[in-house]
Amino acid sequence: MNHWLLVPVLLPLICGALLMTSSRSPLGLVRSISAVSVVLLLLCAVYLLMTASNGQIQVYALGNWSAPFGIVLLLDRLSALMLLVTAVLAVFVTFYALRGDDLRGSYFHALLQFQLAGINGAFLTGDLFNLFVFFEILLIASYALLLHGLGAARIRAALHYVILNLIGSGLFLIAAGLFYGVAGTLNMVDLARFVAQAEGDQLFLLEVAGALLILVFGLKAAFLPLHFWLPRAYASATAPVAALFAIMTKVGLYAILRFSTLVFGEQAGTASGLGTELLWILALATILLAALGAFAASSLTSLLAYLVLVSVGTLLAGIALGSEAALSATLYYLIHSTWVIAGLFLLADIIAKQRGDLGSSFKVGPILLNPHLLGICFFLAAIAVAGLPPFSGFFGKVLLLQAVSGDAAWQLWAVVLGSGLIGVIGLSRAGSLLFWRQHNAPSHAAPLDKTALTITMALLLSSPLLVVFAQPVISYSEAAAAQILDVASYLQAMQLEGAL
Amino acid sequence: MELLVAIAIGVLTFSGVYLILRARTFSVALGLTLFSYAVNLFLFVMGRLHTGKPAVLSDATSYTDPVPQALVLTAIVIGFAMTAFVLILALRANTELGSDHVDGVEKAKPLKKPSKAANKTVQAKKKRKGVAR
Repeated sequence: MNHWLLVPVLLPLICGALLMTSSRSPLGLVRSISAVSVVLLLLCAVYLLMTASNGQIQVYALGNWSAPFGIVLLLDRLSALMLLVTAVLAVFVTFYALRGDDLRGSYFHALLQFQLAGINGAFLTGDLFNLFVFFEILLIASYALLLHGLGAARIRAALHYVILNLIGSGLFLIAAGLFYGVAGTLNMVDLARFVAQAEGDQLFLLEVAGALLILVFGLKAAFLPLHFWLPRAYASATAPVAALFAIMTKVGLYAILRFSTLVFGEQAGTASGLGTELLWILALATILLAALGAFAASSLTSLLAYLVLVSVGTLLAGIALGSEAALSATLYYLIHSTWVIAGLFLLADIIAKQRGDLGSSFKVGPILLNPHLLGICFFLAAIAVAGLPPFSGFFGKVLLLQAVSGDAAWQLWAVVLGSGLIGVIGLSRAGSLLFWRQHNAPSHAAPLDKTALTITMALLLSSPLLVVFAQPVISYSEAAAAQILDVASYLQAMQLEGAL
Repeated sequence: MELLVAIAIGVLTFSGVYLILRARTFSVALGLTLFSYAVNLFLFVMGRLHTGKPAVLSDATSYTDPVPQALVLTAIVIGFAMTAFVLILALRANTELGSDHVDGVEKAKPLKKPSKAANKTVQAKKKRKGVAR
């Protein structure tokens, strides 16, 4: 057993606990614990990615209780990739927060660490109830992080967010209970084996439980009828928090992907691909409505929140397609959308700070202190996020559009390209309003924080890098997609007997 | 016995959902509590109903499944913490926003034709604009 599997969960948990007790210790100490923790996390994620890239599925039985009786952690190519995406994001978010945003409330770094522990745990676990526990850890940290900095807008957004997610938690428990009551196991791989053999009433109950789970994960992922909490929450959150939340919707999508390929994968007979027809329609509707929302947004942060929704819809469409090529394209687009949108949230904060009280709202404001520098940065980032060449958004979309065939093809082409156009118009409206239409009063804002801008641009640099290193990234995502579709290899890794 | 427990879960869920759909944060918090009771009971029952059986493997031929009991303990602890958080948040929202409505503002007035008084002010504004021109 490879004990390194535990580190992405344990390291932030321990650092978070340390930071909770150190409320009176000097700021430098708190900040360095947090910074060291995320850097170590990144190194660990890189190491785990390297070990996972040979294609072997690693299983860590906690307390050495063998599956299906004990709780297991599971590391395959997909979870290693998600860990790396999270770790990279965490490094940039933490360093950006060190520029002053962490002082706007107490315990920012502790909460951030707990959130990372929850996210990493959700990506690693192979047990349904354990997944629930990690979801709760990441959620309760996110409630407090969303409130970071307080203010009426954040409290209003948090109230909806918290109540909705508590209802979601209840439904999650009902689904987990149903799975246990019918199958007598909570191990996801064991569940996959059971679903393959189930029939009649049992299968019906399992499908109900599966549908409930998709509902719960959908609430996290925020696709169409479940997305109403997202724009307000993301638009009102403090910049580093909003950037970190770029990975939160992906946790929901990851869980849907995991369940639809593993538990309700091809071996599941009539239950295989549970709900994908509905998810396909919802995904397309999400893309369209979110693009319209982005067009109608009244501030830069809310525009970005709707762009998060566009990416959620696009990724969900890829998951609903379910073919190897589509999943591979989805994974590539997931890396791109997480990092680029997070970078844009940080950039929006830098721009907003130069506009004084107006913030990022689309009103004619004073001349920015550094209009050219920020304008060029925004222009490049907007190209990347809108999916225009030469950046990674374009690559991701092309891969996804290539992966569809038949009737689904023209639907996806029309929706993705149409929403891309609306997105471009929305972004150019935002850019022209923020940088060109100004009244002549000079701004009284604080001078540009060059370090913060450098951190932001370094994160946005991931987009051209994803294009330059497209070959290794795509070959990895193709291998990951092939691996998650091969359910038998998971049974083998878990050393469970029985044929599919 | 099964019927009784099923009815209890159903009634709890029904009351919980009804209260969650109310517009005031206090009733929503109560509803969430009732809903989580229902969920916990449901989770517990998933180990099947037994009386007078040991909860661990022993020499006895039949036993109560201990896993749902462990699960429900975890769920209770988490649910309890979350309820506390919602209550604090609701209190905070009430003081900060001056309203205990879940939207943070009192219900928006239904869209009707603007009243006479509103019309007058609009006309007055138009007049003023006209003068300015």
